[in-house]
Amino acid sequence: MKVTIDGQSIDVEPGTTILQAARKIGGESVPPAMCYYSKLKGSGGKCRCCLVEVSKGSDADPRPMPKLVASCVTGCMDGMEVNSTASERVTDARKAVTEFLLINHPLDCPVCDQAGECDLQNLSFKHGKSETRFIEEKRTFEPEDIGPNIQLHMNRCILCYRCVMVADQLTDNRVHGVVDRGDHSNISTCISKAITNEFSGNMIDVCPVGALTDKTFRFKSRVWFNKPYNAHRDCKTPGCCGKTTVWMFGNEIQRVTGRKDEYHEVEDFICNECRFDHKDVKDWVIEGPRKFEKDSVINQNNYTRKLDTVVIETETGILKGREQDRKKISMRHKPLDAQEQTAFKEGNI
Amino acid sequence: MGKQILLDKINVPGIKTYEVYRKEGGYASVEKALKSMTPDEVVNQVKDSQLKGRGGAGFPMGMKWSFIDKKSGKPRHLVCNADESEPGTFKDRYLMEYIPHLLIEGMITASYALEANLSYIYIRGEYMWVFKILEKAIKEAYAAGWLGKNILGTGYDLDLYVHVGGGAYICGEETALIESLEGKRGNPRIKPPFPAISGLWQNPTVVNNVESISAVPWIVMNSGAEYAKIGTEKSTGTKLISASGHIKKPGVYEIELGISVYDFINSDEYCGGMLDDRPLKALVPGGSSVPILPAHLIYKTANGEDRLMSYESMQDGGFASGSMIGSGGFIVYNDTTCIVRNTWNFSRFYHHESCGQCSPCREGTGWLEKVLHRIETGHGREEDIDLLWSIQSKIEGNTICPLGDAAAWPVAAAIRHFRDEFEYHVRFPEKIKNRDHFVHEPFEKVRHLVSKETV
Amino acid sequence: MKQSHDIQQTINITPALMDRINELLGHYPADKRKSALLPILHDVQDAHDNWLSVELMDKVAEIIGIKPIEVYEVVSFYTMFNQRPIGKYMFEFCQTSCCATRGVEDLMDYTCSKLGVGVGQPTPDGMFEVRGVECLGACGYAPMMQLGDTYREHLTKEKIDQIIEDCKAGKVNLYYNAE
Repeated sequence: MKVTIDGQSIDVEPGTTILQAARKIGGESVPPAMCYYSKLKGSGGKCRCCLVEVSKGSDADPRPMPKLVASCVTGCMDGMEVNSTASERVTDARKAVTEFLLINHPLDCPVCDQAGECDLQNLSFKHGKSETRFIEEKRTFEPEDIGPNIQLHMNRCILCYRCVMVADQLTDNRVHGVVDRGDHSNISTCISKAITNEFSGNMIDVCPVGALTDKTFRFKSRVWFNKPYNAHRDCKTPGCCGKTTVWMFGNEIQRVTGRKDEYHEVEDFICNECRFDHKDVKDWVIEGPRKFEKDSVINQNNYTRKLDTVVIETETGILKGREQDRKKISMRHKPLDAQEQTAFKEGNI
Repeated sequence: MGKQILLDKINVPGIKTYEVYRKEGGYASVEKALKSMTPDEVVNQVKDSQLKGRGGAGFPMGMKWSFIDKKSGKPRHLVCNADESEPGTFKDRYLMEYIPHLLIEGMITASYALEANLSYIYIRGEYMWVFKILEKAIKEAYAAGWLGKNILGTGYDLDLYVHVGGGAYICGEETALIESLEGKRGNPRIKPPFPAISGLWQNPTVVNNVESISAVPWIVMNSGAEYAKIGTEKSTGTKLISASGHIKKPGVYEIELGISVYDFINSDEYCGGMLDDRPLKALVPGGSSVPILPAHLIYKTANGEDRLMSYESMQDGGFASGSMIGSGGFIVYNDTTCIVRNTWNFSRFYHHESCGQCSPCREGTGWLEKVLHRIETGHGREEDIDLLWSIQSKIEGNTICPLGDAAAWPVAAAIRHFRDEFEYHVRFPEKIKNRDHFVHEPFEKVRHLVSKETV
Repeated sequence: MKQSHDIQQTINITPALMDRINELLGHYPADKRKSALLPILHDVQDAHDNWLSVELMDKVAEIIGIKPIEVYEVVSFYTMFNQRPIGKYMFEFCQTSCCATRGVEDLMDYTCSKLGVGVGQPTPDGMFEVRGVECLGACGYAPMMQLGDTYREHLTKEKIDQIIEDCKAGKVNLYYNAE
């Protein structure tokens, strides 16, 4: 089946969703996904971040779809044409969803352990606005203790349901779920029960925001000060692959996580023993530095990132700097108009 | 008096009971369908009737039936949607409370058409006494041999049960209803797959409104073509209208589609005119989700034609100057009504009823309510009106189920038609501090304060 | 919502209630017992002073054969299930548009001041509670409220006085009997 996304065509198997097809193409056209997780059955469709416009249904039925569709749960049809970043409707909708997700979010990134590897941060980098239109009081929840390993911050949750699916699909006795309704829905055990299942730690890895974080890593370090290494150990827990990423500060292992790919999904789930109980370098066989493909906050200053050679063109560019650096330091994106160009070159005389 | 199909026998004493209902010719459609028609013939009669689903969306019932997957060999189900919760609507309750066997008869005939052997009536939990009435009626029907194994010796088996909800508007959405029937939270499913392919317990399922199913016995007895002769060309048959608000005679009325709105509000046969003879200010013609109409667009459409009680005439003018007949929840407002307060009321409703699954609806409905509440209580800002417009436009069309649209439309229509009233609230907070601010000083008297002056 | 364990509830699944539960379970295919959850919860709640403690929900989960969290999730989603003790006579006033335009807010204020409580607060003797709820589907008979299984419609202050008197005298039957 042939499907075209933002003008780029690709052949896919029947049953492939638009999002999966877009990930095969890669690049800018890949819609952001906050709730979809390819390793969890039944995930997706809820956050509405990945909305795309189907401008042609298929070769058989070329009518466009009237509404934007969630690309993570919409299957490709032969001859389908999809607009992702190419459509203003889509970019508007993504901006809208980003705003909705942020209005009640505490925006406490400075004290959030997820900061730096947070999907919501990345989403708002790309689709958010610097000002807010929301002047009402933010919604808050009572804190709930769910045990010694996992920290639950309900105020940060975006209700992706991934952690509920982890509990449903990796463990045999789910004790937490989504309770209450509407904007007061929350992740809870309802009875302040500790979540102790051997695979429960994966809830932390699948959480796109800082709602579920590692208690053993709490306030230890900002994630970008850690150096990630691939490591493995001979794990005896049935179902655990034993292949992890260990996050080091000097010679200390501060945190252990699953190995995440460029879409922030783990390659394989790991057990709680690997995650929480082995913080000694001797426990692990270190394979080498973990490379990050994902273009996000966390790899901005990462040594594994490929860097361009810096060319200082004193004559033409000393004031302007490199293109990518100018973007970083909040200079205006839009090109200068003629008058500004002159002022820029000659100064304000 | 217009043609009565559903409420024809409603005043017969004791029609609630099986004996009287049967004596009045009840269950004849089951006999006719099971003994002399094939299931597909019943489906074709319903198709011919062009009956539009009476729950609100108005999807042709016969077409919905024809989508059900009969090839896969999986068991099929018919589920009756009696989760009537749309503000302004109380017609289904009237039918089920006073003539419960009509619905049961319709369920049997319709289940036969769909070749379903296990069907349910999903009723909202608040209608607890109606639930008990239906349970009793179903037991009577079992005892009389209309349900169970080998009905009338035809070899057709059907089990029918009532399932009671727990208090959630969203369960009126068909996939949320199915989830709730499976004993889960009422979170709407992501479509496709549609229930006709994968519904209750992943089996092919049709979900129909009480009123739609109750019309099936008449259609089977009198043919779909006869049904299509009633009403207008595009809006066939009769429709129950639940009339409420500032009118002399609120209640449930069966109308032939196509009578004029003017007659419906003012004739003694129906609403009997405005309460206390105060002026008409606004109308919500089809339940809280549909756009509100201002006085000048109620009796006449934008291009001066009479507004009729029909699907097409209500929609005349689109969202700019029309509305929808929806579920038939007909709410009339007089000049004491504050549109801002009423819009806030609706928004509070949708905020309360949002299931919380998808972000635009979960966050947006709460935001709308908070802003509207601020305006209504005198803390509004001039930019809040545009903000409301922007929020509603970002919810609409971006959600999993139509609740998002239903929450957005009333706000959009209120701003579209009553913007000056919002401005009045923002600019004169001291005048609106009491909740009955328009009772003694209707907006017409103060409109000049916010009217634009041209120099 | 986190539920407190502070208040104890005596759990009593009587044989009659168990029969009813089994009847309800019989309405669904044998492998779909979870479907009976909502109807069962209604009956169990009615038999236990109209509220569901954690222990009671766990009991329901055990009877049906599902995980306790599945019951908590459902109970907290639907508005008709109470996770704390409530007043014996709960006046649930419909607050949505039609009732609001026909004066339900004044009636709620009247009832609250008469009983000396705020909305959502049971009276000290546990007899009454006033609550505002969303549309109950009785718009044409506004203003109205739900009391037990049935509706009280076309309310006036006088009617409310009468209902309160009747409740105090024990003349109000909360449960509807179709027989």
